[in-house]
Amino acid sequence: MNFKPLFEPKTVAVIGVSLSNRRHPANVIYNKALHRYPATVYPVNPRGGVLQGNPVFRDVSEIPDKIDLAVIAVRADLVPDVMAACIRAGVGGATVISGGFAEVGRTDLQQQLVDLAREADFPFVGPNCLGIYAPNVVDTFFLPAERLVRPEPGNVAFVSQSGGVLVDQMVIFAGEGVGVSLAVSIGNKALIREIDLLNYLANDPKTRVIAFYIEGFSRGEGRAFVQAASRCPKPVVVLKSGKSPGGQRAASSHTASMAGDYTVFSSVLAQHGVVEVINEYRLVSYCEALSCYPDAIQGRVGILTGSGGHGVLSVDICAAVGLEVPELTEAEQARIRERLHPNIQGIASLKNPVDVTGSAVDDDFYEAALGLCQSDQIDCVIILLLPYSPGISGDLGARISQLYRHQGKPLVAYVPASERYRILIEGFELNGIPVAASIERAIYMADAMRRCQPC
Amino acid sequence: MLDPAIESILSEAENAGWVLEPEAKRLLKLAGLSTPRYVWAREKADALSFARQVGYPVVAKVVSPRVVHKTEVGGVAVGIRDESSLEAAFDRFARIDGFAGVLVEESLGGVELIVGAKMDYQFGPVVLLGIGGTAVEIYKDVSVRMAPLEARDVRSMVTCLIGRRLILGHRGSPAVNPERLVAMMVNFSKLVMQLEGRFTSIDLNPVFGTPQDCVVADARIMLREEAAAAEDTSCADEKPSPLEDSHVCRRPL
Repeated sequence: MNFKPLFEPKTVAVIGVSLSNRRHPANVIYNKALHRYPATVYPVNPRGGVLQGNPVFRDVSEIPDKIDLAVIAVRADLVPDVMAACIRAGVGGATVISGGFAEVGRTDLQQQLVDLAREADFPFVGPNCLGIYAPNVVDTFFLPAERLVRPEPGNVAFVSQSGGVLVDQMVIFAGEGVGVSLAVSIGNKALIREIDLLNYLANDPKTRVIAFYIEGFSRGEGRAFVQAASRCPKPVVVLKSGKSPGGQRAASSHTASMAGDYTVFSSVLAQHGVVEVINEYRLVSYCEALSCYPDAIQGRVGILTGSGGHGVLSVDICAAVGLEVPELTEAEQARIRERLHPNIQGIASLKNPVDVTGSAVDDDFYEAALGLCQSDQIDCVIILLLPYSPGISGDLGARISQLYRHQGKPLVAYVPASERYRILIEGFELNGIPVAASIERAIYMADAMRRCQPC
Repeated sequence: MLDPAIESILSEAENAGWVLEPEAKRLLKLAGLSTPRYVWAREKADALSFARQVGYPVVAKVVSPRVVHKTEVGGVAVGIRDESSLEAAFDRFARIDGFAGVLVEESLGGVELIVGAKMDYQFGPVVLLGIGGTAVEIYKDVSVRMAPLEARDVRSMVTCLIGRRLILGHRGSPAVNPERLVAMMVNFSKLVMQLEGRFTSIDLNPVFGTPQDCVVADARIMLREEAAAAEDTSCADEKPSPLEDSHVCRRPL
């Protein structure tokens, strides 16, 4: 199936606009498409008329243009006829916003859509979904433009069974400055399912990380999904819900009792190198890290700090997630020490964490970061920057970022989230170094890289 | 393709819904797994002559299509040291419902492991390796992977166990033979793939791991009911017990 009309439409028909209710979901979608996106958009309603000065077409076949994407937002029982009309008119694909299908027991109605689409090789997303958001290209979410927080164009794709979770994550991604290549709410996933989008996104040049929110797979679908994910050259991240056991019936064997649904899910994902995110707060950190560094690390981190407390806190978190913080050898420490300014040579602690103290200046941070990068024991360096230290300038982010280019070891930075420190944060981010807003998140970023390999 | 000998064991067992232990062991041997030397003794004389041959102590277990949980009906005797004890055990077992003989086998030791498999609704056949014995559901120290396994999957399953040092060797206790452990798990996972659609769950508990080999000392193969197989409605997705998900895969620390 060709998904291009869905995700890169030049022409859009919004079917089911209301002539009397401005707030109808179809009208919200129509208005956004009309005012904010480059695609040409046509409203459709069997009664015809005029909407915002534009003619309303009675049927999709009456539109003079060839339509790439139809957004279908009519009553559930009318959707099969509308979809059949789209297929007859040569529409490229559809997103079915309407609810009232399998989620309310109308599997028969849903099956009609699937049968129609399979027969005609017609791709559609949904039903019962928000649909598609591709930055600067298309947005079928029926949420008013002024209420949506939209991430910038970027390289993380996010596919979600839940529209609400998707929109929430978009808010978080935008807040963290992490851009999105494509976001799809698949709803009841009647036809297009996780594995279809995984296979599509694996070949999408704009996408570097593919993230999913998954409630569950159908019978045997999990096997196909992890097999596809292990063939995919890009990191695949999964946030799973429905982890708590549902039933209480005692299992008949030890194996059945101990290998419950979620235990199996989590273990099998890890076996295939799919990165499972433990909760929704970590998703953005994992995606940001993996969009910068798609290659796995063994998980031996070097920590650079200007504060002893930050060093100890970070070591505790590393231990909790299972990252090693190996002690630098005497020789490695000596090599760093001789490059530091004389006034901190005597007070800096260089075992790892490397604490260059609050007296350190840019040069000291740079040399210590270089020393950590050069250690064979270390495969990722976490830099805990305290931008209020008097010796640190706004240039440090950009300067340290160059180390990745020269040394090839992934760097992750923590900078407190404040507009005041924006220049430091941008110094890192514009040079492709991920920045976390807390110590914990910086360590989750390193953890994401460690998890991005078969266990 | 399923070995015809395995196929016939399964067809024989279909009515009962599970495979009798001596037959389960024969099936596992056909699949390349090690079992203790054993005899399925219908007569007392067979039991005694086998015990003389392998030497005491021996283990005796009741064979009955009506008894899945042998311990619960007093159908297991371990550490039998002489003929009179064996005779007494045989007489006791003969009174158990559905008595169809006694399984007598050599007595083994080693690290107690559990090896298992089940049909998972989302992922199909999955296998489990853990620290076995009777307390297995108390510690729940297990690793789970999708079948079939590669050698590296087996090594990772060991690394993910809290009790991995029991397997890798600790404080003078020797390690379980790593090649044999890998071979057992890989062969078992291949068998499980071949049995897809025929079984619901398999418990091998305990499997004794020693520096020489991994030997299946007890085996329970639960078959999928004919009706379920015909309807093909469910993949026997066992509803998890309330506590089961307190334990998830740990990545190696």
